[in-house]
Amino acid sequence: MQRLLALKNFYAFAKALSPWLLLTWVALLAYGVIGGLVWAPADYQQGEAFRIIYVHVPSAFLSLGIYTAMAMMAAIHLIWRVKLATIWIAASVPIGASFTFLALLTGALWGKPMWGTWWVWDARLTSELVLLFLYLGYIALHRAMPRPDMAERAGSLLILIGVVNVPIVHFSVTWWYTLHQGPTLSRFAKPAMAPEMLMPLLAMIAAFGVFYVWLALLCARNACLARESTSTWVQEEVINNA
Amino acid sequence: MHKFLNPARKKRLYIVLFIIAGVSIALAIMMTALRQHINFFYSPSQVAAGEVSAGQRFRIGGLVVDESVMRVEDSLQVRFALTDGAQEVWVTYAGILPDLFREGQGIVAQGALDEAGVFQADEVLAKHDENYMPPEVAQALAEAGHPTQLSTPDAT
Repeated sequence: MQRLLALKNFYAFAKALSPWLLLTWVALLAYGVIGGLVWAPADYQQGEAFRIIYVHVPSAFLSLGIYTAMAMMAAIHLIWRVKLATIWIAASVPIGASFTFLALLTGALWGKPMWGTWWVWDARLTSELVLLFLYLGYIALHRAMPRPDMAERAGSLLILIGVVNVPIVHFSVTWWYTLHQGPTLSRFAKPAMAPEMLMPLLAMIAAFGVFYVWLALLCARNACLARESTSTWVQEEVINNA
Repeated sequence: MHKFLNPARKKRLYIVLFIIAGVSIALAIMMTALRQHINFFYSPSQVAAGEVSAGQRFRIGGLVVDESVMRVEDSLQVRFALTDGAQEVWVTYAGILPDLFREGQGIVAQGALDEAGVFQADEVLAKHDENYMPPEVAQALAEAGHPTQLSTPDAT
Protein backbone atom coordinates (compact mmCIF):
# COMPACT_ATOMS: atom_id res chain seq x y z
CA MET A 1 0.00 0.00 0.00
CA GLN A 2 2.67 2.45 1.09
CA ARG A 3 4.66 1.59 -2.02
CA LEU A 4 1.78 2.07 -4.43
CA LEU A 5 1.16 5.48 -2.91
CA ALA A 6 4.60 6.62 -4.09
CA LEU A 7 3.92 8.57 -7.27
CA LYS A 8 6.59 6.69 -9.18
CA ASN A 9 4.99 3.30 -8.56
CA PHE A 10 1.50 4.63 -9.15
CA TYR A 11 2.66 6.01 -12.49
CA ALA A 12 3.99 2.61 -13.59
CA PHE A 13 0.82 0.85 -12.37
CA ALA A 14 -1.46 3.31 -14.20
CA LYS A 15 0.61 3.03 -17.34
CA ALA A 16 0.40 -0.77 -17.37
CA LEU A 17 -3.36 -0.71 -16.73
CA SER A 18 -4.13 1.84 -19.44
CA PRO A 19 -4.26 -0.36 -22.60
CA TRP A 20 -6.47 -2.95 -20.84
CA LEU A 21 -8.93 -0.28 -19.78
CA LEU A 22 -8.99 1.11 -23.30
CA LEU A 23 -9.68 -2.34 -24.73
CA THR A 24 -12.51 -3.02 -22.25
CA TRP A 25 -13.99 0.41 -22.94
CA VAL A 26 -14.05 -0.11 -26.72
CA ALA A 27 -15.66 -3.54 -26.36
CA LEU A 28 -18.35 -2.35 -23.92
CA LEU A 29 -19.04 0.80 -25.95
CA ALA A 30 -19.36 -1.16 -29.21
CA TYR A 31 -21.90 -3.56 -27.69
CA GLY A 32 -23.74 -0.76 -25.87
CA VAL A 33 -24.05 1.50 -28.91
CA ILE A 34 -25.07 -1.23 -31.38
CA GLY A 35 -27.29 -3.00 -28.85
CA GLY A 36 -28.94 0.21 -27.72
CA LEU A 37 -29.31 2.05 -31.01
CA VAL A 38 -29.85 -0.86 -33.42
CA TRP A 39 -30.86 -4.10 -31.70
CA ALA A 40 -33.10 -2.79 -28.92
CA PRO A 41 -36.74 -2.32 -29.96
CA ALA A 42 -38.47 1.06 -29.77
CA ASP A 43 -40.36 1.81 -26.55
CA TYR A 44 -44.12 1.22 -26.41
CA GLN A 45 -44.80 4.83 -25.45
CA GLN A 46 -41.79 6.95 -26.28
CA GLY A 47 -40.87 5.28 -29.58
CA GLU A 48 -37.32 5.91 -30.76
CA ALA A 49 -36.85 8.88 -28.43
CA PHE A 50 -36.25 6.58 -25.46
CA ARG A 51 -32.79 5.74 -26.87
CA ILE A 52 -31.37 8.91 -25.30
CA ILE A 53 -31.40 6.84 -22.11
CA TYR A 54 -28.20 5.15 -23.33
CA VAL A 55 -26.36 8.44 -22.83
CA HIS A 56 -28.51 10.07 -20.16
CA VAL A 57 -28.54 7.35 -17.50
CA PRO A 58 -24.79 6.49 -17.71
CA SER A 59 -23.95 10.22 -17.52
CA ALA A 60 -26.20 10.78 -14.52
CA PHE A 61 -24.87 7.60 -12.87
CA LEU A 62 -21.28 8.78 -13.30
CA SER A 63 -22.05 12.33 -12.17
CA LEU A 64 -22.96 10.83 -8.78
CA GLY A 65 -20.37 8.04 -8.83
CA ILE A 66 -17.45 10.35 -9.57
CA TYR A 67 -18.55 12.76 -6.85
CA THR A 68 -18.74 9.93 -4.33
CA ALA A 69 -15.24 8.75 -5.30
CA MET A 70 -14.00 12.34 -4.94
CA ALA A 71 -15.57 12.64 -1.49
CA MET A 72 -13.77 9.49 -0.32
CA MET A 73 -10.50 10.86 -1.71
CA ALA A 74 -11.19 14.19 0.01
CA ALA A 75 -11.59 12.43 3.36
CA ILE A 76 -8.40 10.41 2.77
CA HIS A 77 -6.59 13.62 1.85
CA LEU A 78 -7.81 15.54 4.90
CA ILE A 79 -7.14 12.75 7.40
CA TRP A 80 -4.04 10.99 6.07
CA ARG A 81 -2.62 13.75 3.84
CA VAL A 82 -2.11 11.38 0.92
CA LYS A 83 -0.74 13.26 -2.10
CA LEU A 84 -2.27 10.81 -4.54
CA ALA A 85 -5.80 11.57 -3.26
CA THR A 86 -5.58 15.22 -4.34
CA ILE A 87 -4.17 14.16 -7.71
CA TRP A 88 -7.17 11.86 -8.20
CA ILE A 89 -9.62 14.62 -7.21
CA ALA A 90 -8.03 17.13 -9.59
CA ALA A 91 -8.23 14.55 -12.39
CA SER A 92 -11.87 13.70 -11.61
CA VAL A 93 -13.44 17.16 -11.31
CA PRO A 94 -13.52 18.14 -15.02
CA ILE A 95 -14.73 14.65 -16.01
CA GLY A 96 -17.49 14.68 -13.37
CA ALA A 97 -18.56 18.20 -14.34
CA SER A 98 -18.75 17.15 -17.99
CA PHE A 99 -20.91 14.11 -17.24
CA THR A 100 -23.21 16.19 -15.02
CA PHE A 101 -23.61 18.72 -17.82
CA LEU A 102 -24.26 15.92 -20.30
CA ALA A 103 -26.94 14.41 -18.01
CA LEU A 104 -28.69 17.79 -17.72
CA LEU A 105 -28.41 18.45 -21.46
CA THR A 106 -29.70 15.05 -22.61
CA GLY A 107 -32.47 15.26 -20.01
CA ALA A 108 -33.59 18.64 -21.36
CA LEU A 109 -33.50 17.38 -24.96
CA TRP A 110 -35.66 14.41 -23.97
CA GLY A 111 -37.91 16.47 -21.70
CA LYS A 112 -39.08 18.83 -24.41
CA PRO A 113 -40.84 16.21 -26.59
CA MET A 114 -41.80 13.85 -23.71
CA TRP A 115 -42.83 16.08 -20.81
CA GLY A 116 -43.54 19.16 -22.91
CA THR A 117 -40.85 21.29 -21.26
CA TRP A 118 -37.06 21.67 -21.33
CA TRP A 119 -36.75 22.34 -17.62
CA VAL A 120 -38.77 22.35 -14.41
CA TRP A 121 -37.58 23.16 -10.90
CA ASP A 122 -38.45 19.79 -9.40
CA ALA A 123 -36.30 18.13 -6.74
CA ARG A 124 -34.38 15.81 -9.08
CA LEU A 125 -33.49 18.41 -11.71
CA THR A 126 -32.64 21.10 -9.16
CA SER A 127 -30.41 18.84 -7.05
CA GLU A 128 -28.57 17.65 -10.16
CA LEU A 129 -27.99 21.30 -11.09
CA VAL A 130 -26.62 21.89 -7.57
CA LEU A 131 -24.25 18.97 -8.22
CA LEU A 132 -22.95 20.75 -11.34
CA PHE A 133 -22.40 23.91 -9.29
CA LEU A 134 -20.48 21.88 -6.68
CA TYR A 135 -18.11 20.65 -9.39
CA LEU A 136 -17.72 24.15 -10.82
CA GLY A 137 -17.40 25.57 -7.30
CA TYR A 138 -14.44 23.29 -6.66
CA ILE A 139 -12.70 24.57 -9.79
CA ALA A 140 -13.37 28.20 -8.84
CA LEU A 141 -12.27 27.73 -5.22
CA HIS A 142 -9.16 25.83 -6.26
CA ARG A 143 -8.11 28.63 -8.61
CA ALA A 144 -8.88 31.40 -6.14
CA MET A 145 -6.48 30.10 -3.48
CA PRO A 146 -2.95 31.54 -3.48
CA ARG A 147 -1.11 28.38 -2.38
CA PRO A 148 -1.60 24.85 -3.78
CA ASP A 149 -1.83 23.17 -0.35
CA MET A 150 -4.47 25.68 0.78
CA ALA A 151 -6.38 25.19 -2.48
CA GLU A 152 -6.39 21.43 -2.02
CA ARG A 153 -7.53 21.58 1.59
CA ALA A 154 -10.32 24.08 0.91
CA GLY A 155 -11.38 22.06 -2.12
CA SER A 156 -11.52 18.80 -0.16
CA LEU A 157 -13.62 20.49 2.51
CA LEU A 158 -16.05 21.78 -0.13
CA ILE A 159 -16.37 18.30 -1.63
CA LEU A 160 -17.05 16.78 1.80
CA ILE A 161 -19.76 19.32 2.61
CA GLY A 162 -21.31 18.83 -0.81
CA VAL A 163 -21.49 15.05 -0.48
CA VAL A 164 -24.83 15.33 1.36
CA ASN A 165 -26.28 16.32 -2.01
CA VAL A 166 -25.51 12.87 -3.47
CA PRO A 167 -28.24 10.96 -1.58
CA ILE A 168 -30.60 13.88 -2.21
CA VAL A 169 -30.14 13.56 -5.98
CA HIS A 170 -30.52 9.80 -5.79
CA PHE A 171 -33.60 9.64 -3.55
CA SER A 172 -35.28 12.89 -4.69
CA VAL A 173 -37.72 10.97 -6.89
CA THR A 174 -38.80 8.77 -3.98
CA TRP A 175 -38.83 11.37 -1.20
CA TRP A 176 -40.88 14.00 -3.04
CA TYR A 177 -43.35 14.37 -5.87
CA THR A 178 -41.25 15.17 -8.92
CA LEU A 179 -41.86 15.42 -12.64
CA HIS A 180 -38.86 13.15 -13.19
CA GLN A 181 -39.83 9.47 -13.12
CA GLY A 182 -38.82 7.07 -10.38
CA PRO A 183 -35.78 4.79 -10.64
CA THR A 184 -35.87 2.16 -13.39
CA LEU A 185 -32.82 0.39 -12.02
CA SER A 186 -33.00 -0.45 -8.36
CA ARG A 187 -30.93 -2.80 -6.32
CA PHE A 188 -33.93 -4.19 -4.48
CA ALA A 189 -36.45 -4.68 -7.27
CA LYS A 190 -36.63 -6.28 -10.68
CA PRO A 191 -35.65 -3.61 -13.23
CA ALA A 192 -38.72 -2.06 -14.87
CA MET A 193 -37.19 -2.52 -18.28
CA ALA A 194 -37.26 -5.23 -20.93
CA PRO A 195 -34.00 -7.29 -20.94
CA GLU A 196 -33.14 -6.50 -24.59
CA MET A 197 -33.20 -2.80 -23.65
CA LEU A 198 -31.54 -3.28 -20.27
CA MET A 199 -28.41 -5.22 -21.30
CA PRO A 200 -27.04 -2.46 -23.61
CA LEU A 201 -27.86 0.11 -20.90
CA LEU A 202 -25.81 -1.79 -18.31
CA ALA A 203 -22.99 -2.12 -20.89
CA MET A 204 -23.11 1.65 -21.48
CA ILE A 205 -22.96 2.39 -17.75
CA ALA A 206 -19.94 0.08 -17.44
CA ALA A 207 -18.37 1.65 -20.55
CA PHE A 208 -18.75 5.18 -19.13
CA GLY A 209 -17.27 3.99 -15.83
CA VAL A 210 -14.23 2.40 -17.50
CA PHE A 211 -13.79 5.52 -19.62
CA TYR A 212 -13.74 7.67 -16.47
CA VAL A 213 -11.08 5.50 -14.81
CA TRP A 214 -8.99 5.44 -17.97
CA LEU A 215 -9.17 9.22 -18.49
CA ALA A 216 -8.61 10.04 -14.81
CA LEU A 217 -5.57 7.74 -14.71
CA LEU A 218 -4.19 9.54 -17.77
CA CYS A 219 -4.67 12.96 -16.11
CA ALA A 220 -3.25 11.63 -12.83
CA ARG A 221 -0.13 10.31 -14.61
CA ASN A 222 0.39 13.72 -16.11
CA ALA A 223 0.07 15.30 -12.67
CA CYS A 224 2.62 12.82 -11.25
CA LEU A 225 5.15 13.85 -13.88
CA ALA A 226 4.51 17.54 -13.21
CA ARG A 227 4.81 17.21 -9.42
CA GLU A 228 8.06 15.29 -9.47
CA SER A 229 9.53 16.88 -12.58
CA THR A 230 12.93 17.31 -10.94
CA SER A 231 13.35 13.68 -9.91
CA THR A 232 15.37 11.22 -11.94
CA TRP A 233 12.53 8.76 -12.64
CA VAL A 234 10.52 11.48 -14.38
CA GLN A 235 13.47 12.61 -16.43
CA GLU A 236 14.19 9.03 -17.48
CA GLU A 237 10.54 8.45 -18.35
CA VAL A 238 10.38 11.59 -20.47
CA ILE A 239 13.65 10.88 -22.28
CA ASN A 240 12.63 7.28 -23.00
CA ASN A 241 9.38 8.44 -24.58
CA ALA A 242 10.71 11.44 -26.44
CA MET B 1 4.18 8.43 13.54
CA HIS B 2 3.51 5.91 10.83
CA LYS B 3 0.60 4.37 12.69
CA PHE B 4 -2.56 4.18 10.57
CA LEU B 5 -4.49 6.27 13.09
CA ASN B 6 -2.08 8.32 15.19
CA PRO B 7 -3.61 11.02 17.47
CA ALA B 8 -3.38 13.76 14.83
CA ARG B 9 -5.10 11.63 12.20
CA LYS B 10 -7.72 10.49 14.66
CA LYS B 11 -8.53 14.09 15.48
CA ARG B 12 -8.88 14.96 11.79
CA LEU B 13 -11.06 11.89 11.23
CA TYR B 14 -13.42 13.11 13.97
CA ILE B 15 -13.51 16.59 12.41
CA VAL B 16 -14.41 15.11 9.03
CA LEU B 17 -17.17 12.93 10.55
CA PHE B 18 -18.44 15.91 12.55
CA ILE B 19 -18.69 18.09 9.44
CA ILE B 20 -20.61 15.43 7.48
CA ALA B 21 -22.96 14.69 10.38
CA GLY B 22 -23.54 18.40 11.08
CA VAL B 23 -24.33 19.29 7.48
CA SER B 24 -26.58 16.23 7.10
CA ILE B 25 -28.60 17.01 10.23
CA ALA B 26 -28.98 20.71 9.33
CA LEU B 27 -30.14 19.79 5.84
CA ALA B 28 -32.51 17.08 7.07
CA ILE B 29 -34.22 19.59 9.39
CA MET B 30 -34.51 22.12 6.57
CA MET B 31 -35.93 19.60 4.15
CA THR B 32 -38.48 18.37 6.66
CA ALA B 33 -39.64 21.95 7.23
CA LEU B 34 -39.82 22.69 3.51
CA ARG B 35 -41.28 19.34 2.54
CA GLN B 36 -44.44 20.63 0.87
CA HIS B 37 -42.50 23.29 -1.02
CA ILE B 38 -40.03 20.78 -2.45
CA ASN B 39 -42.90 18.66 -3.78
CA PHE B 40 -43.41 19.52 -7.41
CA PHE B 41 -47.18 19.02 -7.30
CA TYR B 42 -50.16 18.28 -5.07
CA SER B 43 -52.10 15.02 -5.36
CA PRO B 44 -55.89 14.96 -5.89
CA SER B 45 -56.24 13.66 -2.29
CA GLN B 46 -54.37 16.68 -0.93
CA VAL B 47 -56.60 18.97 -2.99
CA ALA B 48 -59.74 17.18 -1.76
CA ALA B 49 -58.49 17.56 1.81
CA GLY B 50 -58.45 21.32 1.29
CA GLU B 51 -54.70 21.87 1.42
CA VAL B 52 -54.99 24.49 -1.31
CA SER B 53 -57.54 27.30 -1.49
CA ALA B 54 -59.51 28.49 -4.52
CA GLY B 55 -57.57 30.96 -6.64
CA GLN B 56 -54.15 29.86 -5.34
CA ARG B 57 -51.79 28.84 -8.14
CA PHE B 58 -50.32 25.37 -7.78
CA ARG B 59 -49.55 22.18 -9.71
CA ILE B 60 -51.60 19.02 -9.54
CA GLY B 61 -50.35 15.59 -10.54
CA GLY B 62 -52.16 12.30 -11.12
CA LEU B 63 -53.31 9.75 -13.65
CA VAL B 64 -55.80 10.75 -16.34
CA VAL B 65 -58.97 8.78 -15.56
CA ASP B 66 -59.97 6.30 -18.28
CA GLU B 67 -62.76 7.54 -20.57
CA SER B 68 -62.84 10.93 -18.86
CA VAL B 69 -61.22 12.98 -21.65
CA MET B 70 -63.76 15.23 -23.42
CA ARG B 71 -62.86 17.61 -26.22
CA VAL B 72 -64.87 20.61 -27.42
CA GLU B 73 -65.47 20.58 -31.20
CA ASP B 74 -63.40 23.05 -33.26
CA SER B 75 -61.29 24.21 -30.32
CA LEU B 76 -58.33 23.13 -28.22
CA GLN B 77 -60.54 23.04 -25.13
CA VAL B 78 -60.23 19.74 -23.29
CA ARG B 79 -61.64 18.44 -20.02
CA PHE B 80 -60.50 15.39 -18.05
CA ALA B 81 -60.36 13.95 -14.55
CA LEU B 82 -57.17 13.26 -12.59
CA THR B 83 -56.92 10.58 -9.94
CA ASP B 84 -54.41 9.24 -7.43
CA GLY B 85 -56.48 6.14 -6.81
CA ALA B 86 -58.42 7.71 -3.93
CA GLN B 87 -59.77 11.10 -5.08
CA GLU B 88 -60.58 12.70 -8.43
CA VAL B 89 -60.23 16.31 -9.57
CA TRP B 90 -61.61 17.67 -12.85
CA VAL B 91 -59.24 19.69 -15.02
CA THR B 92 -59.95 21.98 -17.97
CA TYR B 93 -57.25 23.11 -20.36
CA ALA B 94 -57.06 24.97 -23.65
CA GLY B 95 -53.87 24.28 -25.58
CA ILE B 96 -51.70 21.65 -27.16
CA LEU B 97 -51.26 18.55 -25.01
CA PRO B 98 -47.89 16.74 -24.86
CA ASP B 99 -47.42 13.64 -27.04
CA LEU B 100 -47.53 11.30 -24.07
CA PHE B 101 -50.91 12.62 -22.89
CA ARG B 102 -53.46 9.82 -22.93
CA GLU B 103 -55.93 8.14 -20.62
CA GLY B 104 -54.17 6.24 -17.86
CA GLN B 105 -51.05 8.39 -18.26
CA GLY B 106 -49.52 10.39 -15.41
CA ILE B 107 -49.58 14.15 -15.98
CA VAL B 108 -48.79 17.34 -14.05
CA ALA B 109 -50.92 20.45 -14.68
CA GLN B 110 -50.34 24.00 -13.47
CA GLY B 111 -53.16 26.41 -12.72
CA ALA B 112 -55.73 27.13 -10.01
CA LEU B 113 -59.07 25.86 -8.71
CA ASP B 114 -62.18 27.85 -9.64
CA GLU B 115 -65.20 28.30 -7.34
CA ALA B 116 -66.75 25.10 -8.64
CA GLY B 117 -63.65 23.12 -7.62
CA VAL B 118 -62.56 22.55 -11.22
CA PHE B 119 -58.85 22.96 -11.89
CA GLN B 120 -58.25 25.55 -14.62
CA ALA B 121 -54.89 24.54 -16.13
CA ASP B 122 -52.69 26.80 -18.23
CA GLU B 123 -49.91 24.22 -18.65
CA VAL B 124 -50.02 20.43 -18.93
CA LEU B 125 -46.86 18.30 -18.72
CA ALA B 126 -46.67 14.53 -19.20
CA LYS B 127 -45.07 12.58 -16.39
CA HIS B 128 -43.40 9.52 -17.80
CA ASP B 129 -43.19 6.41 -15.62
CA GLU B 130 -40.14 4.23 -15.07
CA ASN B 131 -41.27 1.32 -17.27
CA TYR B 132 -39.57 0.63 -20.57
CA MET B 133 -40.72 -2.16 -22.88
CA PRO B 134 -41.26 -2.99 -26.55
CA PRO B 135 -44.81 -2.37 -27.92
CA GLU B 136 -45.49 -6.13 -28.25
CA VAL B 137 -44.82 -6.69 -24.55
CA ALA B 138 -47.10 -3.78 -23.60
CA GLN B 139 -49.84 -5.23 -25.81
CA ALA B 140 -49.43 -8.72 -24.35
CA LEU B 141 -49.62 -7.27 -20.83
CA ALA B 142 -52.78 -5.34 -21.66
CA GLU B 143 -54.42 -8.44 -23.16
CA ALA B 144 -53.54 -10.43 -20.05
CA GLY B 145 -55.31 -7.79 -17.98
CA HIS B 146 -52.24 -6.11 -16.56
CA PRO B 147 -52.38 -2.45 -17.53
CA THR B 148 -48.89 -1.01 -18.00
CA GLN B 149 -49.77 2.29 -16.33
CA LEU B 150 -50.16 1.11 -12.81
CA SER B 151 -47.92 3.39 -10.84
CA THR B 152 -49.41 6.72 -9.88
CA PRO B 153 -46.96 9.64 -9.48
CA ASP B 154 -46.84 8.50 -5.91
CA ALA B 155 -48.97 5.50 -5.13
CA THR B 156 -48.63 5.90 -1.38
